[in-house]
Amino acid sequence: MRGYGRATPYLFLAPYLALFLLFVVGPAVFGLWMSLHDWDFQLPGKPFVGLQNYKDLFDPLSATAEPFWHGMRATGIFTVASVPFLVAVPLGLAVLLNRKFPGRTFFRAVYFAPYVLGVAVIGLMFRYILDTTFGILNAFLGVFGISEIGWTTEQPWAFVALVAVTVWWTAGFNAIIYLAGLQDIPAEQYEAAELDGASTWQQFRHVTLPGLRPVTVFIVVITLLASANMFGQALLITQGGPGDTTTTALMVITDTGFSQFRMGQAAAMSYLLAICLAIVALVVFRLMKERKS
Amino acid sequence: MKRRPSAFFWVLVVLLTLLVIVPLLWMVVTSIKTVGESQADPPTLIPQDPSGRAFGEVLTTGGQNPVLRWALNSFAAATLHAALVVVVASMAGYALARMEFRFKNFIFSFILLTLFIPGFVFLMPNYLLMDNLGWLDTLWALVVPGAAGAFGVFFMRQFFLAIPKELEEVALIDGANAWTIFTRIILPNAKPALATLTVLSFLANWNDFVWPLFVLFSPERLTLPAGLSLLQGAYTTDYPVIMAGATVAAVPVLILYVFVQRYVIEGVARSGIKG
Repeated sequence: MRGYGRATPYLFLAPYLALFLLFVVGPAVFGLWMSLHDWDFQLPGKPFVGLQNYKDLFDPLSATAEPFWHGMRATGIFTVASVPFLVAVPLGLAVLLNRKFPGRTFFRAVYFAPYVLGVAVIGLMFRYILDTTFGILNAFLGVFGISEIGWTTEQPWAFVALVAVTVWWTAGFNAIIYLAGLQDIPAEQYEAAELDGASTWQQFRHVTLPGLRPVTVFIVVITLLASANMFGQALLITQGGPGDTTTTALMVITDTGFSQFRMGQAAAMSYLLAICLAIVALVVFRLMKERKS
Repeated sequence: MKRRPSAFFWVLVVLLTLLVIVPLLWMVVTSIKTVGESQADPPTLIPQDPSGRAFGEVLTTGGQNPVLRWALNSFAAATLHAALVVVVASMAGYALARMEFRFKNFIFSFILLTLFIPGFVFLMPNYLLMDNLGWLDTLWALVVPGAAGAFGVFFMRQFFLAIPKELEEVALIDGANAWTIFTRIILPNAKPALATLTVLSFLANWNDFVWPLFVLFSPERLTLPAGLSLLQGAYTTDYPVIMAGATVAAVPVLILYVFVQRYVIEGVARSGIKG
C-alpha cells in the first residue's frame, strides 16, 4: 500500500540532503580542489599548482615535509599505542558489567561518565593531575618511593600519559558497544559449552570472543578514526611537547592552514592523512575478516 | 556466569569507580584552594583555607574570560544544533526506512559511507565556506554544518525500521497523507529515539573542541571548550582558576547526564549494532 506521491520521499529527504551536499559532499570535493592550488587565505590570487602541495610533502628539502612527517609519526605512535588498550580495556569492562550484580546500572553509568565530558575539561583536569611538581599522581606515586616522573615533559612518559588519559576518557564508550554485543550472544551457546565441560576461560575464548568479532571490527575502525583525529589531549596536556614529539598530524594541519594561512597545503596534508588512515583501516579489516574463516 | 560475585570482583568494581571519581573530585577540590595551596608539596587533600576566589574570578571578570557567557553560548549552540539534527534526521530517516523511491539504496549507502570519512578532511574547505557565508565567528557555524553528519539519519532509520507497518496502514485507510502520518503517528511513537538523538547531539556539540577553536575568534563569542583553552593560556599556573573553569563546564553536563544516562547509554549501545 502506497499512500504518498512520487515526490514525497524526496521532500522528506530534501532538508537533510541540502545540508549533506553543502557541508559534506561539496567540501570533500572542494578540499581536493584546494589541495591543487597555492591557496593562501589572505591573498587574492590562488594559482593552480597541480600536485605540488603533495610533492612538497615527499620532498625532504621543503619546509613542510619535516613538521608534517613528525606529526604523522606522533599520530602514528599514539594510534598504535592507544588502540590495543582502547579495545582490550573496554572488553574487560563489558565482561565485568555483563554479570548480574546489585548496582550494575549505577556502575555502568559511572564508568561511562568520563565520556560525556569534553576533551577541554579532560585536558585541563589532567594537565594539573599530571604536573611533575604539583601533580597529585606523582605525589601518590611518591608514597611508594617512586621519584617524580615528567608525565608532560619527558618521553616516553608523555605518550604513556596521553594514552592513559584517552583510555580514562573513552573506555566507557567502547565498553557500552561491547556490552550490547555481549548481550546479543545467545545464552544457549554458553549452556552448550558448559555441558561440554568448558571452563570460564574456555567459554570466553571459544564463545565470547568469536561472538564479538563483528562488534570488535566496528570498534577497531571507529577507534582508529578517533585516534587519528587526536588533537585536544596533546594541545592541552603536553602542548605538543617535549620538543614536537606529541605534536600530532592534526595539530600540524591546523597550524599550516589557520596560523600560516597555507590552506591548500593543509588540505593536501588532510587528504594524505585520510588515505593513510583508509589503508590502515582496510588492512585491519582484512586481517580480522580472514581470521574468521 | 551464574556464580555470585566474589570479593575480588567487588574490589575491582569499587577501584574502577574511584578511578573515575577521584580526578573529578580533585578538580572540584582544587577550585576552592588558594594558588599557594594548589602548588603545595605534598598536596593537601582537604582545602586548608577554602575560598570562592577562583569562581569569583571566572564568573565575574567580564571582558577577558566571560565563562558564564561561554556557557550561555555553548548552551544556545548545542540546543539549536540538537533541534536541527532531530528535525532533518527524523524526516530523512523516515523516508529511507519506510518509503520506496529511485536511488534509495544508493543515497543511503552514500550517506553511510561518509560516516567513515575523518572529520579533519572537512576542516579547511568548511572554514572557507563559513567565511563565504559570513558565518565565521557566529553561532551559525556551530549549529548548522554539524547537522549534515550521517549519524542521526542512520540512527533514526534504524529505529523507524522497527516500528510496525500496521500503524501506518490504519492511518492510510483513514485517508491521512504522508506528512500527517509522520507527525501524528510515527513521531509520537519514536519519542525514546528522538530523546536519545537529542541528548547525543547536544552533548557532542557542547563538547566539540577543534571546530569552535578555529571558527570563533571574539572572546565573548566562544563556547566553553574553546574558552577553556584560552583560560589555560591566560592563567598558566593559577590552577584554582583553571579548575574552576573546568568545573563550570563539567558540572552542567554531569547533572544532565544523571537524568538522561539511560538514553545516552542506550543510544551508544544501539550505534554499534550494524557489524
